Amino acid sequence: MTETTAQHHHAPPRGFLRTHVFSLDHKVIGKQYLDLALVAVCTGMLLSWLMRFHLAWPETPIPGLDKVSPNGAAGGVITPEYYLALMTMHGTIMVFFVLTTAPFAGFGNYFLPIQVGAEDMAFPRINMTSFWVTLLAFLVLVSAFVVGDGPPLSGWTAYAPLSAVGKDAGPGQGVGQTLWAVSITLFCVAQLLGALNFITTTLDLRTKGMSLARMPYATWAWFITSVIGLIAFAVLMPACILLILDRMAGTSFFIPGGLVISDRLQPHSGGSPLLWQHLFWFFGHPEVYIAILPGFGIISQILPVFARKPLLGPRVLISCLIAIAFLSYTVWGHHMFLSGMNPFSATLFSVPTLVITIPATIVTLLWIGTIYGAKLRFTTPALFCLGFVSVFVSGGISGFFLAQPSIDTYLHGTYFVVGHFHFVMGVAAMFGIFAGTYFWAPKMFGRMMNETLGKWHFWLTFIGVYCVFMPMHYLGLAGNVRRYSAFTDDYLKPMIPLHRFITIAALFTGAAQLIFLFNLVRTRLRGPKAPDNPWEATTLEWSTTSPPPFDNFGGRPPVVHHGPNEYGATGAAGDYVMQASPPSARPA
Amino acid sequence: MGKLFAVVVTIIALVSTAIFASHVWWLPVDVSAHGPAIDRQLMETMVTSGVLFVVSQLALAVFAWRYADRKDGRRVKIFPGGAVPMVVFATVLVGAEVLALTFVGSKVWAGIYQTPPDPNSLQVDVQSEQFAFYFRYPGADRTFGPVHPERIDEGSGNFFGLDPANDTTARDDIVVPSLVIPVNRPVSLTLRAKDVGHAFYVPELRIQQDFVPGLTVPLHFTATQTGKFEIVCTQLCGLGHYNMRAYLEVMSQEQFDQWLRERAAEQ
Amino acid sequence: MAGIATPPSQIVPPPVAPPTVAARTRTQPAPLEPAQTGVWLAIGTICMSFAALTSAMVVRQGAAPDWRHFQLPYLLYVNTVVLMASSATLEWSRRRMATVPVGAASGVYLTLALGLLFVTGQVVAWRQLAAQGLFLATAPSSSFFYVFTALHGLHVLGGLAALSYVLRRLRRIAGPVPRAALRAAAVYWHFMGVLWLYLLVILATRV
Repeated sequence: MTETTAQHHHAPPRGFLRTHVFSLDHKVIGKQYLDLALVAVCTGMLLSWLMRFHLAWPETPIPGLDKVSPNGAAGGVITPEYYLALMTMHGTIMVFFVLTTAPFAGFGNYFLPIQVGAEDMAFPRINMTSFWVTLLAFLVLVSAFVVGDGPPLSGWTAYAPLSAVGKDAGPGQGVGQTLWAVSITLFCVAQLLGALNFITTTLDLRTKGMSLARMPYATWAWFITSVIGLIAFAVLMPACILLILDRMAGTSFFIPGGLVISDRLQPHSGGSPLLWQHLFWFFGHPEVYIAILPGFGIISQILPVFARKPLLGPRVLISCLIAIAFLSYTVWGHHMFLSGMNPFSATLFSVPTLVITIPATIVTLLWIGTIYGAKLRFTTPALFCLGFVSVFVSGGISGFFLAQPSIDTYLHGTYFVVGHFHFVMGVAAMFGIFAGTYFWAPKMFGRMMNETLGKWHFWLTFIGVYCVFMPMHYLGLAGNVRRYSAFTDDYLKPMIPLHRFITIAALFTGAAQLIFLFNLVRTRLRGPKAPDNPWEATTLEWSTTSPPPFDNFGGRPPVVHHGPNEYGATGAAGDYVMQASPPSARPA
Repeated sequence: MGKLFAVVVTIIALVSTAIFASHVWWLPVDVSAHGPAIDRQLMETMVTSGVLFVVSQLALAVFAWRYADRKDGRRVKIFPGGAVPMVVFATVLVGAEVLALTFVGSKVWAGIYQTPPDPNSLQVDVQSEQFAFYFRYPGADRTFGPVHPERIDEGSGNFFGLDPANDTTARDDIVVPSLVIPVNRPVSLTLRAKDVGHAFYVPELRIQQDFVPGLTVPLHFTATQTGKFEIVCTQLCGLGHYNMRAYLEVMSQEQFDQWLRERAAEQ
Repeated sequence: MAGIATPPSQIVPPPVAPPTVAARTRTQPAPLEPAQTGVWLAIGTICMSFAALTSAMVVRQGAAPDWRHFQLPYLLYVNTVVLMASSATLEWSRRRMATVPVGAASGVYLTLALGLLFVTGQVVAWRQLAAQGLFLATAPSSSFFYVFTALHGLHVLGGLAALSYVLRRLRRIAGPVPRAALRAAAVYWHFMGVLWLYLLVILATRV
């Protein structure tokens, strides 16, 4: 594949709206995505605090909540349906508008073109459209809080027929659920357009000398993630359309006959609830790899910078990412072992599910192997990289249990699952986002983030997340069912003290995020000016100014002569070669 | 900072593992015939995972401690063998463990979900609805009457939608809110959902199964100890999901026969 | 850690003059075009969506005995011919662009007209079905019929929008010949035809 130079030649933007709001510049769009994700994560966290508080102290009123939601929390006490609505919105917001938006749409948009040496994405107008459609999707989703009888309560997984029959099934299942489905459909469109842009840019707009082999690992990860997304979102979108038709047009794709809900025989027949599950999880499992793969790329990119040595086995890493992407399409049934599908399928699905542990183990060992013999500089981004490895190990290992149908018989639907996916998504993927933020803030904002605050943020978060999510595995082993708004069963009452511990840890860890927020805002407003390459990194974004000019390289596309992995032997200052350095350059 | 990281990671790894090993929070006593096989599979996985967990976290900790940049001009070292040992370890050791677990586990799984029920099983019909479980025994004619969803009437207790007036086989069906079974006797359930998806879960029985609206789903097991256990719903079904439960009562054959006679008389 | 931008020993060399894109002539082969990559990716993703719907249809058909077969309106076959003809006119237009760029416009106009005729024909076919009492929710077979034809029609409208854009650029007196845009739009348009043939086959055999 030959490289070619980008010839966009779009003139610098003029006017406030064109520069800052309706911008075609991938850097502005990337920041817009990151800001959207920031708003989303604050919303999602707030919802989780409300949920955890209710689980720990179900009778205690939450001050002010009755004003915000008189139906859901009369007297400040959350009703069961409101709990489930909060839970549904928490999951939906976090998975879609944080974990898909920040590491992929946010950082990817900002840095992929620069890392391949291009002036912008291949299709800047489509890029802008993607962002605004994503924002629209978010607004549609959160509008469910203020309509009818509130947000849906069917979880982010929206299983039929609960999600398909309409308001007979419960509060929030009327307009709220429809808004959810419309929001997700819009989100799919936006992500598909985004994936198109990422792939085309990676294939067609690499600068001279930037062969695929020399691409930074974050770029590889965004590229592979886009390919996953191109297929996954293409399946979720028609599924949501069919769901909307079942809800509004009287079709029966997912609703069987003979259902009696709220004393009414439902006017549907012949549909298959399992069909929804298959369509959803065919998207849903690749989606979680969309959430984590950019994190793999970011960690693989950042760790060598602070280890001052090359990443161990970069070609093996890329092969593993590709293997994981491929395998991610073969495992969806492991969410459905007990769903009523043919039990033999369970064994079939468990095989690739367990096999996927092999490339995941390899990449983890490559990171640990990179740290071996390193000369580690413990900056905040470095700490989040190391923390990522730790929490990813924790989260990945619990997957080992759930991958086996015989064990899933016991652990399915318990807090063991909640602990597992929060470790890999809510913690590891978040650590990837944090590492990326601290690492790239100097480049994006031209200002350095405060290291002391960053380190406090890291330590409180790292210890905090273990206190929140490790105990969930113990609860799961004891059979504690998930998605319960209260623990009234005899065998669950003894677990409540552990739930209280988790809640307190969660509130503390949540509060610790305020340090990050404060640091971020203060940096953007008046942080100390950042040099072009504060971390002594090698990839192309560090060859240009902080922040880069509107066309990334000041009209002079870089010519690449080196891979991203060229570090010297002593880790001394200057002992590395940047990708755009002259061909004869060697580490000092 | 590296030393702090190493210490924290080590403490986290050891404390979490200790809590797992101490069984402070653990599975309840198993009362099923197939349960011991599941528990063995779980223990095997727990031991392997535990070792992998501790070793990886400790490796991370040790390396973070040792390989800080002390500005001493020391040269960086590449891991001996490069990436090859990683690939070999993961493929061979993890791969072998994966194969073993799959092989054994699939037999355990097949034993529960892919074998037909014992022909002498006690047959029980289960109806799940927002937000309760109901159970039906076939009565003296050993035949379940047909169900008619349009006839379901909560008010009169017709949870299954039976039509005893027209269906003779329905006349002696026994409908109760608890699942009562004799110990050491195979039980074969047929799971039906009235409205949305639900699930049947008894931790002590090591058994779980979703109800699927539109389908009848079979489930069978044998309880090996008497006692009273909770049946809880694990498939999100609406606002009452947390409160949706029934009781499983396992009693001796004689007590069960007596109980059944009493219920039959009441219907 | 002081901010070191670049190691002192490595100074980024003076910029190489960026290669300019020569005005395209008909003797020069087209370089790698993002528009082509983009269109092929879009085709891939659309195929995936229709594959998901196809599998949903197969599953739904097997899930319950309420399928209710019906005869496809004959008009659909006429519409098919119209769509195929529109692909032919588009290809003719592209060939003309090599020799008489401004003459290519009439071919695109014709394609647009035939495309609109196709969409109209589809809507008429819907009304014919409705007259027989077959609506979206009547039976799963009719549900899938409407869903498939509606989604295909929506994508065709998108293709018409793309062709209109190409037409606008073709008709401009100044500005480069939109060869890449026409090629991308043409690939997409032909795909609409191929997709329709596929849908016709599965609908004719299953519905």
